[in-house]
Amino acid sequence: MFKIADIIIRRLGLGLVTLFFVSVLIFISVNSLPGDFAQEILGQGATPEAVAAIRAEIGLDRPIYERYFDWLFGAVQGNFGTSYARSMFAEAWGSTATANFNTVAQQLEPRFFNTLFLAGLTAVIAIPISLIFGIMAALYRSSFFDRVVNVSSLTSISSPEFFVAYTLILIFAVLNPLLPSLSNIHDDMGFGERFERTLLPALTLTLVVTAHMMRMTRAAIINLLASEYIEMARLKGLSAFRIIVVHALPNALAPIINVIALNLAYLITGVVVVEVVFVYPGIGQLFVDSVKIRDIPVVQACCLVFAAAYILLNLLADVMAILSNPRLRIPK
Amino acid sequence: MNLTFSFAIFLVTLFVLLIMRRFAGLAAHNLTLLQHFSKTSLINLIVYAGVFIALVYYLVFLFIGGATFYKWAVQGIIGLGLCGFLFRLLGKNIGTKKTKQAFAKMPVTAALGILLIFLYATVAIFADFLAPYGQAEIFPKANLIPGGNPDFGGDPAHILGTDQIGRDLLSRLIYGAQNTVGIAFITTCLAFLIGIFFGFLSASLGGWFDQIISRIVDIIMSIPQLIFALLLMTLVTAWVGSERWLITMYMILIIAFLDSTRVFRLSRAVGMNIVVMDFFEAAKLRGENLSYLVFHEIMPNAVAPLLAEFGLRFCFVFLTISSLSFLGIGIQPPLADWGTMVRDLSQFINFAAFSPLTASLPLMAAGAIALLTVAVNFVVDWVLQMTSGLKD
Repeated sequence: MFKIADIIIRRLGLGLVTLFFVSVLIFISVNSLPGDFAQEILGQGATPEAVAAIRAEIGLDRPIYERYFDWLFGAVQGNFGTSYARSMFAEAWGSTATANFNTVAQQLEPRFFNTLFLAGLTAVIAIPISLIFGIMAALYRSSFFDRVVNVSSLTSISSPEFFVAYTLILIFAVLNPLLPSLSNIHDDMGFGERFERTLLPALTLTLVVTAHMMRMTRAAIINLLASEYIEMARLKGLSAFRIIVVHALPNALAPIINVIALNLAYLITGVVVVEVVFVYPGIGQLFVDSVKIRDIPVVQACCLVFAAAYILLNLLADVMAILSNPRLRIPK
Repeated sequence: MNLTFSFAIFLVTLFVLLIMRRFAGLAAHNLTLLQHFSKTSLINLIVYAGVFIALVYYLVFLFIGGATFYKWAVQGIIGLGLCGFLFRLLGKNIGTKKTKQAFAKMPVTAALGILLIFLYATVAIFADFLAPYGQAEIFPKANLIPGGNPDFGGDPAHILGTDQIGRDLLSRLIYGAQNTVGIAFITTCLAFLIGIFFGFLSASLGGWFDQIISRIVDIIMSIPQLIFALLLMTLVTAWVGSERWLITMYMILIIAFLDSTRVFRLSRAVGMNIVVMDFFEAAKLRGENLSYLVFHEIMPNAVAPLLAEFGLRFCFVFLTISSLSFLGIGIQPPLADWGTMVRDLSQFINFAAFSPLTASLPLMAAGAIALLTVAVNFVVDWVLQMTSGLKD
């Protein structure tokens, strides 16, 4: 048992190191820009004094490594700095009121919760459906049912997210007005209303993710059903149900958990486009918006959050695979 | 047609099918089709019942009118299936012995995929001759309704209408094939060149070179691809300003760079397997130089897995570029492009009740993207199924 903890800690450490390098990469690429935010916001006719004043205020005049470590230590404590676009540049305008800065964390927090809600809802719908269909497709493989599932899942994987999204809007919002096509979400909203407005984006993501998960589950189970001990169980005359539940499922758990974690990681990318289509107030939207106005602290923070979630989920998949498959515990 | 009613019909159909299955087993001993039917599982019957009901509804709507989009969807699916079937029939009877054999064992979906890829390639190459107008040509009449009927605000000269500033949509849709598919193809080729070069190099060199490149790739791959692409695209837009063709060029480079990491992983893994073979060892001991090792020893043995990967990579690149364009930071305006078209036309979807053709304009552009990736995936799926052991 000691050894497992050892491996997990090592993996966690590796994940942290990766995250550190990712943060360096993000910071350097963002800060290598010619011209900075101070020049950008003041425009062509800015006096050098005004530019210098804004630079000093948001700390752009300090060397890059100093700014990086400042940012990193802040980020670890949940303080991502001040959003350029939202700050008031009080000193540059000659005012002394500096109290009302809107920090990145303040912008990020409600949106982070919204995105988690969307991803969570998607996972709750998608995981049971894809597992059931994946296992059934594996059991009845090369039947008509399997072919229909195969073709439709391949189609939904191949479609871009916005195609699925607009098709769903057409069916469920325009032709049959059942659900709102825009996800207008406030903080003081009840669960029911929030659920209703999140359902359409969640369904879009479900369609894309389910197809992936289903195909991977199917492949994992088919691989397993081809192994000798399953053949043995079948030859013993056990029922199909017993073979699946008692013999196959415990061994299939590892690949299936892996599949789920990997697809939740995939959700992170899908969320950006879907949030833009539905104007869903999540991190993806914030990211695209800040990218357009070059609000660097927000872009950095969003990138870091996405990367951290991605690394964490991949790590989870790794650890789960090791936990459920003793053969992986001994490094070769 | 409400849901309860549909469900009732569904149950009745299922019941009838169950009885039919029972009698099929009893009645026919020498008809293989009936015997086969008598052994189908319940889940198949459920699917059959669903398909049957969908067709019944289609016929009903055909008579009483209404449900335009449903009818189009059914017609589209049946039409595509028929095309695939006919193309396979054609391939079985025409061509050399080898292609005939290949077509005989091919599923309908793969045949359809090959046909569609051919069609897209043709449209992309001959877009200049096929499109009625130029892609950036602006006409005085903007916002023409598709359909070409002057009574409803259309114009027979513009079958699919014109957009907000008066460009012919049919022409833009056709040129979209050239731009979107062409750019995605170039990007994929570039990604493969970079990825394979470094992959084989690290496989054959090994040591610290391999370590450094692999760790860099690990770090790049631990940022979600679309996010990283968006970040880099912002930086580039800030860098080169509003030079539009430059932005498109940089997008090609960025996506190629990000995708080459995936190609690197695969080609390195494939290369590693070849490097440990005896014939490679022998060549090394003969004192062959590096380029000989890579091009004459590794390359010929790695073509098959890399080719299948090329199809999949193309799909990913194509979808990423479309997503970027959809978000407004991909292929830039004077060039017609499907992702941008979807975004520009997306508001038309609200007119579905009044003018189905207008509402389907954004879906046409998005569907054009989807159909090509589906086609490539169908073919890749078939190739993988043939080459791998997953035949059961």
